[in-house]
Parts: sequence; structure tokens; C-alpha cells
Amino acid sequence: MLFGIRWDTSTDLNFAISIFPILLRGLVVTLQATALGFAIALVLGLILAILRMAPYRLISWPVAFFLEFTRNTPLLVQLYFLYFVLPDFGIVFPAFLTGAIALGLQYCGYTAEVYRAGIEAVPRGQWEASRALNMSAVLTFRDVIIPQAIPRVVPALGNYLVSMLKDTAILSAVTVMEMLNVAQIIGQRTFRYFVPLTMVGGMFLVMTIISAGLVRFVEKRLPKAGIPLR
Amino acid sequence: MEDLQQLLAPLLRGTVVTVQLALMSMVFGAILSFAAGIGKLSGNWLIRWLSVVYIEVFRGTSLLVQMFWLFFALPLIGITLDPYVAGVAALSLNIGAYGAEVVRGAIQAVPVGQYEAATAVNFGKRYALWNVILPQALVEMMPPFGNLVVQNLKDTALVSLITLTDLTFAAQTVRNLTHESIPAFTATLIIYFVLAMILVTGMRWLERFVARKVGVAQARARG
Repeated sequence: MLFGIRWDTSTDLNFAISIFPILLRGLVVTLQATALGFAIALVLGLILAILRMAPYRLISWPVAFFLEFTRNTPLLVQLYFLYFVLPDFGIVFPAFLTGAIALGLQYCGYTAEVYRAGIEAVPRGQWEASRALNMSAVLTFRDVIIPQAIPRVVPALGNYLVSMLKDTAILSAVTVMEMLNVAQIIGQRTFRYFVPLTMVGGMFLVMTIISAGLVRFVEKRLPKAGIPLR
Repeated sequence: MEDLQQLLAPLLRGTVVTVQLALMSMVFGAILSFAAGIGKLSGNWLIRWLSVVYIEVFRGTSLLVQMFWLFFALPLIGITLDPYVAGVAALSLNIGAYGAEVVRGAIQAVPVGQYEAATAVNFGKRYALWNVILPQALVEMMPPFGNLVVQNLKDTALVSLITLTDLTFAAQTVRNLTHESIPAFTATLIIYFVLAMILVTGMRWLERFVARKVGVAQARARG
């Protein structure tokens, strides 16, 4: 029994049917962790991408190093670092929040890179034209550069979203009750790993196919010329 | 000084395991990449279908799920894998599926004129693939392969969850031994970062080497 739902171990099929609602509980946590982690990655990545372009090396270099570092070290170790080290400083988060922050940290290096590439892909002439029209830097960013960068940035961000969805399984290492952890617990209690783990694999497959399809759908719908911010 | 030794000795032993795992899964992953990447473009429907299923399944599910499946689920249908074998198998199968898409993309990016020219000079299909198409495609594959190699290194950390004593596992051991988290995990992160930088440098070198060997470096520089 888990989450107050009993399982039926008479046959494999009955077992699969009886644990499906339990795995769905895990799926909800998986999706929540993805949503929160991705929101952190989007915002943090944007802030760091902007700081990275700062004209002062005192700011841009440490930020560049931080991005390089988070991108090139394993998510699992970053997760352990946050999970075990933060409490040493008196910061105690629930495992779920620590997990979402770790996902956000690991991916902010990627999203920052996507933003940078998206902004740099906007032709130089656009900057020059804005300057010629006497627009301020802020106005240029808001009304010229970012609207044109969005269609270039969205597909790449979408791919990272799908990738992050799969990486949430790693949060099971710090007791977050996402899908894989739920399947593991069912396995430990019933000594039947095959059915729950195969089901989790199948559920991940369905989710990635759906989300990859969504990303492609959005990608096709985006106006290539750009999206005005107001 | 003794503190430092207590910290570093297990971490270095773990690093050896991590490097072994990374190198082995790199080699097997590369073989799988070419097999499935070329297989996906095969004229034989069975080979094409098998390649597509392999690529979609291993790209569509989490590496950790695949690893647990090989380690915990397979024994229940009578196949027991050593954790080391399960770890290498999961890492290779996973990175191989990503690599296969790189191989397929690079082959398809070779201009169609190259195929036509190969046919015009009466090259056999296999001969054209190995001597005309793949060498040019290889140059295109190298940069994405560089990313995958680092990805693979980072992925090796997951083997600690199926009891293998790699660098991440060693970090946990050291933490339990010293009752201190900061030095153990900081040192571990730094070691992974250094390993990644070595791989990145190695792949850049290989990238230039391949481009020079194939003789298209100049052509690419000219655009």
C-alpha cells in the first residue's frame, strides 16, 4: 500500500492496473518538479546571460565561469551538493525544492547559452538601424532585438524542457517522491521491480513523445519575423 | 595533511572508475551510434525499424530508468547483470541513441551531388558510403559528438545509484567518513569539471585532426 492505495499481486496485469494510480501520483510530482525547475532555469539563465554580456570583466568573467561550471558537472553531484551542503549554512529546504533548484542550476547554463545565441543571431543591421533612429539600448532590446530573438530561442528551449523532464528521475536520489522513486518503493515492498519500472519507462516515453510533439507544434506556429512584446 | 589524504585518496580511486566507465561507454556508444544512425537510413525495412525503435526508446526515457531497469528489473526475468556491466550497458545504449541521431543528421547533410557523383563513377553503395559519404559526414559529426562526450561523462555519476564505487559514490563515502559535506562535494565537482575540460580539449583536437585528414578544412574555411 502506498498513498492509501492497495496493490493486487495476483497476476502481472492486475498488479500493473492496481499500481497505475500510485504511479500517477509520482507523475504529478515529476511534472511539478519539471515546471518549477524549468521556470528557475528560464529566469536564472536570462539574468546570467545578461550579466555575461556586461561590459565589466569583474562581472562577466565570474558569470561565464559559473555557467561553464554548472554545465560541465553532473546534475546528481550538484543535487547532493545542495542537499547536503545548504543545511550546513542553516538553509533547510524540502527535498522537492532542493531538487527543483538543482534542475534549474544545471539547466541555466544551457538556457543562458540559448539566449546568447538567439540574441547574437539577430542581424547587426538591426542594432545599427535602432541606433540610427536614436533608440535607447533598453528600447532596442525590448522592441527590436528580443521580439526577433524569441522565434530563434523557443525551439531550443523546448528541447531542454523535454530533456529536463527526463532528468527529474535523478531527484529520486534525494527522496523526492517522483515517478521513479514511487516505482522503486513499490519494487522494494513487493519484490516485483519488473512491472513498475517498465511502466515508468513507458510513461516517460509517452510524455517525451507528447512534449516533443508540442514543441514541434509551437515551433511551426511561431511567426518567423518575430513577436512584438506589446 | 592527513585530512587531505583522507579526502583525496578515495576520490582519486573513484575518479579511476569514473574515467574507465566514461571511456568504455564512449567506445561502445560510438559503435552503437554508427550502427543505428546508418541503420535508420538503410533500405532494409527491418534494420530501419529496429534502429528507429532503439533510438526512440533510449532517447525517450530517462537514463536512470534504463539503468534501474537493467539492474533491478532484468534479474526478475532471469537475467542478472553485474552492476558494472549494467552501468556500462545503460550508459552506452543511452549515449548511442543520441549519437545515432547525430550520425544520421550528418549523413543526410552531405550534399546530394556527392551521392550522384559516386553513382556516376560507378562506385558500389557500400564503397560510396565508406569512402565518399562518411568521411565528409564525420567532420560534421565532431562538434555534436564533443557535447555528447561531456554529457556521457556527467551521466556516469548515476552509476553510483546502482552501487558502483565511482567518483560520486566516493564523495558520499568521504562525506560519511569526515562528517563534512563541503570539502567532499566541492572537490568532487572540481574533479568532474577538470575531466570535462580535458575531454573538451581532446575532442577539439580530434575535430581538427579529422577535418585535416578528410581534407575539407580548407573548403570549410572558404565557406
